[in-house]
Amino acid sequence: MAVSAFLTDATLCIGCKACEVACKEWNHVPADGFTFTGNSYDNTNALGASTWRHVMFLEQPSSLGAQITGTDDPFRWQFLSDVCKHCQKAGCLEACPTGAIIRTELETVYVQPDVCNGCGYCVVSCPFGVVDKNHEVGTAFKCTFCYDRQREGLMPACAKACPTQSIQFGEINDLRKRAHVRVQELHERGYSDAQIYDPQKTSVEGTHAMFVILGEPETYNFPPAPEVPTVHMKSAWTAAIISALAVVLVVCVSFAL
Amino acid sequence: MAADPQITEERLNAIRDEAARTGKVQHGGIVPADSPFPKSALEMSYHGNPVLKPPTWTWQVPLYFFVGGVAGVSALMALVGHVTGNSALVRAELLVGLVGGAISAPLLIADLGRPGRFLNMLRVFKPRSAMSLGAWTLSGFSAAVGLAVICHELLRAGYGHEFLLAVEWFAEFLAAFTGLILASYTSVLLGVTAIPVWSENRRLIPAVFLTGALGSAAAVLEFLGFLIPATQLIGLVASTTEIVIAILIEVRDRYADRPLREGIAGWLTRAGAILAGPVSLLLRIYGVHSTGARYCAALCFIAGALIARYAWIAAGRASARDPQALFQIQRRDRNTTSAI
Ligand code: SF4
Repeated sequence: MAVSAFLTDATLCIGCKACEVACKEWNHVPADGFTFTGNSYDNTNALGASTWRHVMFLEQPSSLGAQITGTDDPFRWQFLSDVCKHCQKAGCLEACPTGAIIRTELETVYVQPDVCNGCGYCVVSCPFGVVDKNHEVGTAFKCTFCYDRQREGLMPACAKACPTQSIQFGEINDLRKRAHVRVQELHERGYSDAQIYDPQKTSVEGTHAMFVILGEPETYNFPPAPEVPTVHMKSAWTAAIISALAVVLVVCVSFAL
Repeated sequence: MAADPQITEERLNAIRDEAARTGKVQHGGIVPADSPFPKSALEMSYHGNPVLKPPTWTWQVPLYFFVGGVAGVSALMALVGHVTGNSALVRAELLVGLVGGAISAPLLIADLGRPGRFLNMLRVFKPRSAMSLGAWTLSGFSAAVGLAVICHELLRAGYGHEFLLAVEWFAEFLAAFTGLILASYTSVLLGVTAIPVWSENRRLIPAVFLTGALGSAAAVLEFLGFLIPATQLIGLVASTTEIVIAILIEVRDRYADRPLREGIAGWLTRAGAILAGPVSLLLRIYGVHSTGARYCAALCFIAGALIARYAWIAAGRASARDPQALFQIQRRDRNTTSAI
């Protein structure tokens, strides 16, 4: 099977949230209530157990891409649809004690709802803060990459619904190439801060959901250098073993005296 | 754009670092044509929203960390007691281990919501997941301690047999070994996550948890009537170690450690450290001849160690809420290695 991937392009997104709605409808994701955040037009805030696509609204002062707003400030309105990164090396998958989180034949990361027991360890192990526990059901949820649709040869609901092709779906190498071409094009058009977000040089080893963004990753709450937590396994266990040996020593000495 | 974008970026990074360190920028920096004044990277994030998700664990989990630690170290003490021929000690410690293991499982299960869900943990054995290792360790530990208790009681009741004794030795050894893992894996569980304050302290948390477990196990022994020099000595060592760790946390000026010094988590950390550290130590030193003082010292240590478990979870929650803690570490690591 081909390796599936998303390429989500901030410079094409118009903030219509069709992807958020399509995802909720197709996957029967529960509502998350009505809250008013005051954060531009974003009342969703972040990905979570009941949000598998999240459209960000960034209001930035910038001379590039200035919009006519009636104020004197040069103003840039940025949108981007965030999603689970489907990491090449996924923190959630490494952490899962039950084997509920698996890598599918499409190389995506999938949580089997009937196996997940709600231990919550994936929640603190995802370097992107994506997966979360639904407290009513008691188990973990995140984007499935529309595994069901893909198996039937359909593209994921969000990509299907996107009216501007800001969300592109396809084969990973193909999309990586397309992303490079797009960034080049944006540079030529004066968007010198356009870049690809696809952390390949960290222990995450790249993602199956990459992004074309303007500016620094941090402004989209993307970690600049995400790491799979298990890279720290060795140093943590070394410290634990040394501490445990110290305990053995203290106990032996104390009771032998 | 400036003539050499590389130099501009470096300059901006230097300014950001300075701002991160000192809280303000002294130099004018570089203002590329037509751009706003470079903001300190500290303010960079999506509406200040958290990047990471906070731990979902309920109040039972830190309690389990504590109980599991005490049970584990107690099993070690039972083995040492057997080696040194202290039969009363073996009996008491095996019982502590048994009760601790029996309490631990329901605590973990309560966090999962439904009892049957614990069985899913035993579907696979996955050592690279500390959670999986922990579930298996707890199961193995409980079985080993149970076996040791049965053998020990049968031997006491006069059903003496060489084979039974061999089984007891084996079970005790297994219980001590799995007990040490039980007492330490929870620290690795926290250290190997994406949460900045945990991950940055992955080398320290094992010392914290094991010291707490060691001192508390000795304190529990004292309450069981073992007011012997050994428990006193262990209490002194554990309290001193607590003080050293607390000083380390206070003087080490790292951004990621802020939840350990600020807010509710910070005060919990301090309260735990003071109780288990200086208070318990002074009670032991100045109350050498008073049984009451010794009980007080034991109680203070247990309370301090228990509070410390809650403090570490609370610190993790606060740390997940602060996007800058994560960005700072990653920017630091990125500057020392290479760019993405
Ligand atoms: S982004 Fe998080 S939830 Fe998604 S695959 Fe990576 S670690 Fe798992």
